[in-house]
Amino acid sequence: MQNITFLFAAYSLIWFALFLFLLRLAKKVSRLEQELHRIEEK
Amino acid sequence: MKSIKPLYLALAVLTFLLIEGALYMALLQAPTERTMGDVQRIFYFHVPSAWVSFLAFFIVCIASIAFLRTGKAQWDRLAASSAEIGILFITLVLLTGPLWAKPVWNVYWTWDARLTTSLILWLIYIAYMMVRRYTSDPERGAKFAAVFGIIGFLDVPIVYMSIRWWRTLHPAPVIGGGGGLAPEMKQALFFSLFAFTVLYITLLLLSLRIRSVEDKIQALKNKS
Repeated sequence: MQNITFLFAAYSLIWFALFLFLLRLAKKVSRLEQELHRIEEK
Repeated sequence: MKSIKPLYLALAVLTFLLIEGALYMALLQAPTERTMGDVQRIFYFHVPSAWVSFLAFFIVCIASIAFLRTGKAQWDRLAASSAEIGILFITLVLLTGPLWAKPVWNVYWTWDARLTTSLILWLIYIAYMMVRRYTSDPERGAKFAAVFGIIGFLDVPIVYMSIRWWRTLHPAPVIGGGGGLAPEMKQALFFSLFAFTVLYITLLLLSLRIRSVEDKIQALKNKS
């Protein structure tokens, strides 16, 4: 296996970035839906 | 709201399975490239990331034109969501490229035509998001951003054609460039392209949902 460190770093970066992006979206979704329910209940 | 959730779940599961398949093909099934060795396997995620960013910016351009013509907020939401995802993927291109370049070219970065135009593309869409965020009137901000989104897209064909127009270290394009890939490599690449396209659709739908809920909340706040 040649240059495996670079390969590992590249794939790790991709997964890490995607994970962060999804986490950000998921948090936003739940926060907004809660806010919407609160407003609709008023 | 609840009726949409199974669709998201099904898409998320499909995306996960496709990405797993793409990983398997890229890391285990595709043969090792003779001169570059295993580091060439970055290619199977680097190229699809570039493809998704181009697709995302194309959608920004189309949605921006539609928004300027009709003034409907749904087009603006589509453009903003797609731009956000495009930025994510062009960032991945700019990060994985140097990791591939270092062992092959012996430098992480060089001011080569392909690399420079890709960096410019990234800067254009960062500016696009800044225009959206920092314009005091959201309606004007959306209009400015739409114009930016249309003009900014002009850089995409320049990025693609840069390796034909200028002398560059970057390898020839695989799609439409007649690159000599082994059939197993092509198979892995096309599968990965498909998986990333489905990933883009999933992220886009999720992002659109968020923006539509945001708009709903804003409308309700304005009413009360």
